[in-house]
Amino acid sequence: MGGTKKSIGVSYIINTTLVVLLFFVLLIFINTGVIGRYNTQVLTLVCINIILAVSLNLVTGVLGQLVLGHAGFMLVGAYASALFTKNIGLPLSISFPISLLLGGLLAALFGVVIGIPALRLRGDYLAIITLGFGEIIRVVSYNLEITNGAKALSGIKSLSNRQNPSPMFIYAFLIAVFIIVILFTFGRSRHGRAVISIREDEIASESMGINTIYYKLFVFVFAAFIAGVAGGIFAHNYGTIDPAKFDFNRSVEILIMVVLGGMGSITGSIISAGSLTILSEKLRDFSQYRMILYSVILIIVMLFRPSGLLGRYEISVPKILRYIKKRSSNKKVPPEAREE
Amino acid sequence: MHLLETKDLGIVFGGLQALNELHMVIDDGEIVGLIGPNGAGKTTVFNLLTGVYVPSGGAIRLEGNSIIGKKPYQINRIGIARTFQNIRLFKNMTVADNIKVAMNQNMKYKILTAMFRLPGCWRQEREVDKKARELLRIFDMEDTADQMAANLPYGQQRKLEILRALASKPKLLLLDEPAAGMNPTETRDLMETIRDIRGRFNVAILLIEHDMSLVMNVCERLYVLDYGTLIAEGSPDKIRKNEKVIAAYLGC
Ligand SMILES: Nc1ncnc2c1ncn2[C@@H]1O[C@H](COP(=O)(O)OP(=O)(O)OP(=O)(O)O)[C@@H](O)[C@H]1O
Ligand SMILES: [Mg+2]
Repeated sequence: MGGTKKSIGVSYIINTTLVVLLFFVLLIFINTGVIGRYNTQVLTLVCINIILAVSLNLVTGVLGQLVLGHAGFMLVGAYASALFTKNIGLPLSISFPISLLLGGLLAALFGVVIGIPALRLRGDYLAIITLGFGEIIRVVSYNLEITNGAKALSGIKSLSNRQNPSPMFIYAFLIAVFIIVILFTFGRSRHGRAVISIREDEIASESMGINTIYYKLFVFVFAAFIAGVAGGIFAHNYGTIDPAKFDFNRSVEILIMVVLGGMGSITGSIISAGSLTILSEKLRDFSQYRMILYSVILIIVMLFRPSGLLGRYEISVPKILRYIKKRSSNKKVPPEAREE
Repeated sequence: MHLLETKDLGIVFGGLQALNELHMVIDDGEIVGLIGPNGAGKTTVFNLLTGVYVPSGGAIRLEGNSIIGKKPYQINRIGIARTFQNIRLFKNMTVADNIKVAMNQNMKYKILTAMFRLPGCWRQEREVDKKARELLRIFDMEDTADQMAANLPYGQQRKLEILRALASKPKLLLLDEPAAGMNPTETRDLMETIRDIRGRFNVAILLIEHDMSLVMNVCERLYVLDYGTLIAEGSPDKIRKNEKVIAAYLGC
């Protein structure tokens, strides 16, 4: 905001170029084997977690409604899409994208069913109801035949293989970029302002003509949809899923990524989701301590930066460059003239 | 037909009759005062008129149509906007964005148009930005447009709340103690501006205010509440001499 049209255009071009560059560099590394199969899987997981974090950020950071069962939507999407590709008998290159859409839609349907009663009320009912939903959906999937019960659902085919190691990563990366872009543009539109105004003051928002229930429901269901899609990619990235992968800890893990990055900051969520995912993969041998590690990081950040790494701000490379330029030029100005 | 009309309007909070059989009319372009001692039920009237509370009995009609049972956002869209006694701005939004939230109802582009930045949204965004900045000029606040609302000084926060309400294009504007916390000069300026707003936006104003001299000055008619009951109504001169009013105010 506040930037001139030209500077917005310039930063748009710079950001796009950087993302495209990053994509192709990674792609080349993956296809030439510089990044091995395992690390490609980790990179795909980074994209998945970024998708999960930015979608939760939309509800919890931007709309201001706490959700404690985001992994539940992921579970729905994961099982729906895995079962679809396993049973439909179409080539995976066709059935996989369809399955993602299907997983997302089914998760969104659950979002509607939970969201309508929870969001009609003012207050923090959503936290409790989503917490309950996450647990119930997990217990139910332990006991259903179709999900293969407590035994894992395995044999989910991946698009990636030894000859062609990159398709899963390409899917995850492109979907992540797509979702980030539409969340940005949504956030800066009249609809985004309406959603933020609900976080800021629900009563004032409603009395200024905002249909708060409509926006709350839309945002929550949309986030559930995105989590469902992420679940679908997750299932096909690993080939095996079981309900324990989508438990309360997983929901909290995503929430921590959002809180760490800064509630309401999309770029903050991206950075913290990326770094936490890589960190916890590197410390795999100590995986039982992962939640402890997260908690410690969370406590440290809350002590020194209570609003998260970026607070509500967004960063971009052009912004950083401008900031550096401003600082260095400020240094040359005599101190008494440096008033803001 | 009156712009606003209430009949036998009342509400009970767990045994407390906070408002009792209020009859009130407001016509186009009037500035009407609503006064009374602390706890008399003035803010409650606002909450009833804007759909925040549902009345226990009685009728509210805007331009002849009942608005009872309508949600606050619906009532705002058909023409009643308000400010709050304890300021309720969107603190972590810019001043301009605060105003644009109220203009949302008059913007058309859809969610998908926004996500894919289709042409329609640029034009509407430019328009609304221009309008928001124009509105800010009323209080000489155009250079605050890109600040966070939380960073405004108190007086300007109150003014921004009025502008935000105006941005929703009301026919009736409800102001709950707009001069609270302002110094005498600021208050006098504000009252001037309120008169000016009435003319410029062709809006009727219902005003709650504690400062008696001020209310007497700017309002054409007054309603006086005490313990939820209407004890007097009429011109400022008439109210000034009314014994019940004098007793109510001396009594507290
Ligand atoms: N939601 C509520 N629940 C219970 N009682 C309420 C509620 N809202 C208002 N009241 C009561 O109704 C009465 C009138 O309150 P109201 O806020 O309308 O007074 P007021 O005239 O605006 O006073 P003030 O000048 O102090 O703002 C008070 O006794 C108050 O405690
Ligand atoms: Mg009051």
